[in-house]
Amino acid sequence: MNHLLSWIIWLPVLGMVAIAFIPRDKTELIKQVSAATTGIQLALAIYLWRIFDASTGSFQFMETAEWIPSFNITYILGVDGLSLPMVILMALIGFISVFVSWNINTAVKGYFSLFLLLNTGVMGVFLSLDFFLFYIFWEVMLLPMYFLIGMWGGPQREYAAIKFFLYTLFGSVLMLIAILALYFTCGNTFDMLLLMDTAPTALNGVLWWGMSSIKVIWVLLFIGFAIKVPVFPFHTWLPLAHVEAPTAISVILAGVLLKLGVYGMLRINYTMLPDGVFWFAGALATLGLINVIWGAMCALAQKDLKKMVAYSSVNHMGYVLLGMAAVIAASEMNGDNLISAQAGLNGAVFQMFNHGTISAMLFILVGVIYDRAHHRDIEGFGGLASQMPIYTGLVAVAFFAGLGLPGFSGFVSEFMIFIGAFPVFRTIVIISTIGILLNAAYFLWAFQRMFFGPANEKYKDLPEINKRELFTVVPLALITLFLGIYPRPFLDMISATMNVLIEQVVSLGGLAGVM
Amino acid sequence: MITGNIITDFSLLILFLPLVAFTVNIFFGKRLPRQGDWVSIGAILITLILSLSMLLNMFMNWDPDFSHEAKFIWMDLGAFKIELGFWVDNITIVMLVVVSLISSMTHIFSLEYMKGDIRYSRYYAYLGLFTFSMNGIVLANNLISLYIFWELVGVSSYLLIAHWFEKPSAAAAGKKAFLTNRVGDIGFFIGIMLMFTAIGSFNIQEVFTGVSQGLIGGSLLTLAGVGLFMGAVGKSSQFPLHIWLPDAMEGPTPVSALMHAATMVAAGVYLTVRLFPLFSPDALLVIAYVGGFTALFAASIAITQNDIKKVLAYSTVSQLGYMILAVGVGNYIAAFFHLLTHAMFKACLFYGSGSVIHAMHHSLHELDDHDTDPQDMRNMGGFKSKMPITYLTMTIATLAISGVPFFSGFLSKDAILAGSLGFAQHYPQHFLLPVFGFGAAAITAFYMFRLIFMTFHGEAKMPKVFKGIHESPRVMTFPLMLLSGLSIFIFYTLPYLNPLSDHGWFTELIRAGDSVVPGNPTAHEIGEGVHHAHYTAMALSLLVAGLGIGLSYLMYLKKKLSAEVWANKMGLLYKLSYNKYYFDENYDRFLYQPLLKLSRAVAYVDWDLYDKYFINGFGRVTKWLSFLTGRIDYDGLDQSIVDGIGRATQGFGKQLKQVQTGRLQNYMLFALVGVIIILVIQTI
Repeated sequence: MNHLLSWIIWLPVLGMVAIAFIPRDKTELIKQVSAATTGIQLALAIYLWRIFDASTGSFQFMETAEWIPSFNITYILGVDGLSLPMVILMALIGFISVFVSWNINTAVKGYFSLFLLLNTGVMGVFLSLDFFLFYIFWEVMLLPMYFLIGMWGGPQREYAAIKFFLYTLFGSVLMLIAILALYFTCGNTFDMLLLMDTAPTALNGVLWWGMSSIKVIWVLLFIGFAIKVPVFPFHTWLPLAHVEAPTAISVILAGVLLKLGVYGMLRINYTMLPDGVFWFAGALATLGLINVIWGAMCALAQKDLKKMVAYSSVNHMGYVLLGMAAVIAASEMNGDNLISAQAGLNGAVFQMFNHGTISAMLFILVGVIYDRAHHRDIEGFGGLASQMPIYTGLVAVAFFAGLGLPGFSGFVSEFMIFIGAFPVFRTIVIISTIGILLNAAYFLWAFQRMFFGPANEKYKDLPEINKRELFTVVPLALITLFLGIYPRPFLDMISATMNVLIEQVVSLGGLAGVM
Repeated sequence: MITGNIITDFSLLILFLPLVAFTVNIFFGKRLPRQGDWVSIGAILITLILSLSMLLNMFMNWDPDFSHEAKFIWMDLGAFKIELGFWVDNITIVMLVVVSLISSMTHIFSLEYMKGDIRYSRYYAYLGLFTFSMNGIVLANNLISLYIFWELVGVSSYLLIAHWFEKPSAAAAGKKAFLTNRVGDIGFFIGIMLMFTAIGSFNIQEVFTGVSQGLIGGSLLTLAGVGLFMGAVGKSSQFPLHIWLPDAMEGPTPVSALMHAATMVAAGVYLTVRLFPLFSPDALLVIAYVGGFTALFAASIAITQNDIKKVLAYSTVSQLGYMILAVGVGNYIAAFFHLLTHAMFKACLFYGSGSVIHAMHHSLHELDDHDTDPQDMRNMGGFKSKMPITYLTMTIATLAISGVPFFSGFLSKDAILAGSLGFAQHYPQHFLLPVFGFGAAAITAFYMFRLIFMTFHGEAKMPKVFKGIHESPRVMTFPLMLLSGLSIFIFYTLPYLNPLSDHGWFTELIRAGDSVVPGNPTAHEIGEGVHHAHYTAMALSLLVAGLGIGLSYLMYLKKKLSAEVWANKMGLLYKLSYNKYYFDENYDRFLYQPLLKLSRAVAYVDWDLYDKYFINGFGRVTKWLSFLTGRIDYDGLDQSIVDGIGRATQGFGKQLKQVQTGRLQNYMLFALVGVIIILVIQTI
C-alpha cells in the first residue's frame, strides 16, 4: 500500500468528517464509526509492523511532498524502530479507548470528533520527519485534549484543562524557539534527517551570550519535552489532569501522550545534539531517580485511587529517563560498554510501551469502579474481592504488572534499565531500587484496603465487570503477560534502530567539549 | 539410563505441569467437577513420578559429577544477550523430589483440610502456581530466572497467606510477607547487577568462571555476595527480616507446611548452596553470623509461644538459621542435607499441627464456641489417646528435629554442628558460631518436647472440647505417616546402616565443590576440619539434646519444675521472648510510621505547596502582571497619554481660544513680544 503512513495519520480525520454528517442524536452510529476508524487504523498499524524490516535501523516507508518551498517546509513522513512501537501503541490504545468511551452520553458527536482529531495529532508527531510538520501536529494534539478534559471531565475540569493547556503550551513555545534556532543555524531547513547530519557539527563551538548553543537548544527542547513526560519538577499538571479527565482520556494521556516527551528527546535531542547527551546524562539519571522516588512517595500517600495511579506514572516514567541516560556507557570514556547502552536504551523504549499498556489497564479499571461506586476513595471500599472476583483478579494483574512482578512486561523493561544504567550511574541505580519496594508498597496497600477485609455492606450490590469493560482490559493484560514472558517480538523490532541511535550519540557526541 | 534430552523434557514437564493446573483451575476450576482439585492433584502426582524417576536414574547412574544444562535465547540485542534455561545436577534432582513430594502431600492433605472452603478451586490453583515457581528456582541455570521465580514464589506466598482475606490479619500478613521479601530482593538484585557488570553474564556457571578468573574480587565480590545473600535473608526469614514468617501462619496450615516450612523458605538456603562457590570469605562470615544468630534468636522466642503454629514457625526460622550457618562455615553440603531432612520432619510437624487444629475446629464448631483459640496449646492437653496417629508421627518428627540418634535430624544437625565446631577450632575468634549452634540445639529439643507434652500429654485443659476431639481421616494421616517414616535415618544412609554416621548415598552423590574464589579453602580442607571435630560435636550435640529434652520432661510432664515460677524468675528475659523482642512494634514505630509520615509530607509539599503556590504562582503572577499591564495600558497609556494628548490639545485650544480676541491692538502686542523674544535669543 502506498502512503501507508499518511493513511494511518489521516484516517481519523476521515472518520471525523464522516461523523460530521451524522445527526447528533444517532450516538450509537457515531460510536460505531469511531470504532471502525480506529479499528482499521489498528489493522494498518499491525500490517505496518508485519512488513516493517526490523533488520535495519533506518527510516522506512518514507513519504515526501512539497509543501511550503519558500521556507523549505516539506511534508516528510517515515517510520523506524523507535516510532513503530509508539504508532502501534497509539493505534491500540486509541481503539480500546473508543470502547472505554462507550458510556459517554453528552455531546457525543463533539466528543468523538475531538477524540479522532487527537489521534491524528499524536500519530502525526510520531511519524513526521519535518520539524515544522512535527510542531504543527504537536499543537493539533493539544487543542482536542483541552476540550476533552474541559468539557467531559470531572468537577474541577475547567481548572485542570486550562492548567494542562497553558503548561504544555509553555513547553511548546520553548520547543518552537529551539526549532527556529536549529533552522537558522543549520542551513535553513526543517528536514529532520538533514538536521541529524548537520546539527551536531554546525553547532559545534557556536556560542550564544557566552553559552554553548548546544546547551541552550538542549535545555529549551528538554523543558518542552520534560513537561510532557512529565519530569520532576514539571509534573504537577499530570495528577490534576488525570483525576479530572474522563476515563478514556486518562487512558490516552497516560498510555500515549506521556511518551511523546521521551520520544521527542530520543528523536531530536539525542540525534541532533549528541554532545548534549553527554553533558546532560548525569542530570537525566538524577531526574529519573527523583521521579522514581518522589512519584512513589506521593503515590503512597494518596487516598484517591486515580491520583495514586497518576503518581505511579510519574514513578514509572522515571525509569525511562534512567534507561535513556545509560546510552553514554557505550562511549570510549565509559569503556565502550555497548552491552549496558543497549540494555538501557532498549529497556527505556520497552518501558515506554509497557507503561502504556499497564497504565491504560490501571486507568480503565479505576474507571470501572468509579462508574459503579461513584467515588474513588481507597479507604471507602473494603472486601470487594468477595463481591467482584473477576474485577479483583484483573486489578491484581494490573497492580502486579505495575509493581514490576516478573512474568509481566514491566519487570523486563525495568530490569533492563537497571542493568543498563548500573555501570555508569551506580549510586543512582542503587538508590532507585528503593523505588521497586515503594512501588510494591503503594499497590499492595491500596489492594489490601480496597479488596481485602470483610465485605462492605454498602457495596453488596455492585455489579461485576461487564463484557465491554472486559474487552477493553483483557487484551492489554494479555500483551503485558506475553511480552513479560517472551519479550523478543518487541525487542527484535526496535533493537536495530536502538543500535543506530547509540551509534549516532556515541560517534558524534562527547567531542565538542560542551562538558 | 536417562539421556540429557530426556532430562530436559522431564524438567520441562515438572516445571510446567503445575502451571497448567494453575491456569485450568483459575479460569475453569469452579465449573469443573469437584472444583477441579483432581486437575491439580493429577498434575502434581505426575510431577512427583517424574522427579522420582529422575532420582532413580541418579541412583542408577551413581555419578557425583552429573551435570546437565539446557538453554534458549530469551533476549538478543546484539551485544546484550540473555539465555535462560535449566541446570540439572544431583542437588537439583534431590530438591525437585523434595518440592514435588511435599507439594503432593499438601495437595492430598488439603482434600480434607480445605473441604468446603469458599475458594477451594482458587486454593488449588495457587498451590500449582507455587509449585511451578518453586521448581523454577530449583531448575534455574542463571541469576535472572532465579530472580524471576524468586519473586513469583513471593507472589504465590502472598496469595496463599491472604487466602482468607476477609480476616484483616491474614490480608496484612500477606502484604507484610511480600514487602519484607522485596527488601531482601533489592539486595539480591543489586548483587546480580554487580556480578553482571563485572562478568557480563547471568549464567551461574559462567559467573563462577568469571569469579575464578578474578574478574570480580575484593570488597566488590564481598558486596555482591552479601547482596545475593540478602535475597536468602528475605526468603528464608533470617534476622532482621524474620518478621514475616510467623505472621504467615495466617495462611491455611497445609500451606504453612509446604511453603513456610519445607520448601519456599528453604529456597534461600538452596540459593546460598547453589551460589556457595562465589562467596568471598568475608561474605561467608556475614552469612555464618546471620545464620547462627538467627538460629539461637528464633529458638529463644519459640520457647515461650503458646500458639502451636507460632512455635513451629519460630522453630522453622531457627532451623533455617542452622542451614545458613552451615553454608557460612563452608559446610554447605550439610546445609543442603539438613534442608532435605528438615523438609520431611518439619512438614510432618506442620501437618500434625494442622490435624490437631482441624480436630479442635470441629470440636469447637460442635460446641458453637467461636471464642476459644483452636491453636492455643493451653486449650489442649491429653490428645494422645484421641489422636494416636497424629501423636505418634509428631513425636517421631520431634525426635528428629531434636537430634536424637536413629532419626534423620541427628545426622544432618550433627554435620552442621561439626562444621561450625571445626570452623571455630580453625578460627578461635569465631567461637560464638558453635555456641549459637549448640545453644539453639538445646533450646530446640526443649521447646519441641514442650509442644508435644502440652498438646498430647497431661490433663485435658478443656474437657468439653476434649470430648469432641477425633483423629483426622486417612487423607490427612497418610502424609503424616509417610513423612514421619522419612524421618528415620535409614533413608539417608543407604546403602549403609550406621545410625550414627551420615555416610551414605547422600554424602557420596552430593559432593561439595570447591569455592571458585581464589584463596578460599578447598572442599577437601573444609571436610578435614569437619571430620576432625566430628566426635566432639556428636558428644556435645547428644548432651545438649538430652539436656533440653530432660528439662522439658521435668517441667511439662512431671511438673517437678514449675514453668510459671521459672518464667517469673527470668522476668525481663521471659517478657522479651514472649513479645518476640518487640521487633514488630519497633519496626512499626521507627520504620513504617515514619515512612508513611514522610510520604504524606512529600505529597503535601508536592500538591499543597509546590503546585498550589509555586506553579500556580506563575499563573497568579501572570494574571497580576496582565492586570498591571492592563492598568498601564488603559489608565496610563490610553487614558492619560493618548487621551491626555487629546485633552491637552483640547485644553490648549480652549486656552488659545481666548487669544483670539479680534482686537488688533492685542495682536500687535503679541507680535512685538515675539520679535523681542527672537532678538533676545539671537543675541544670546
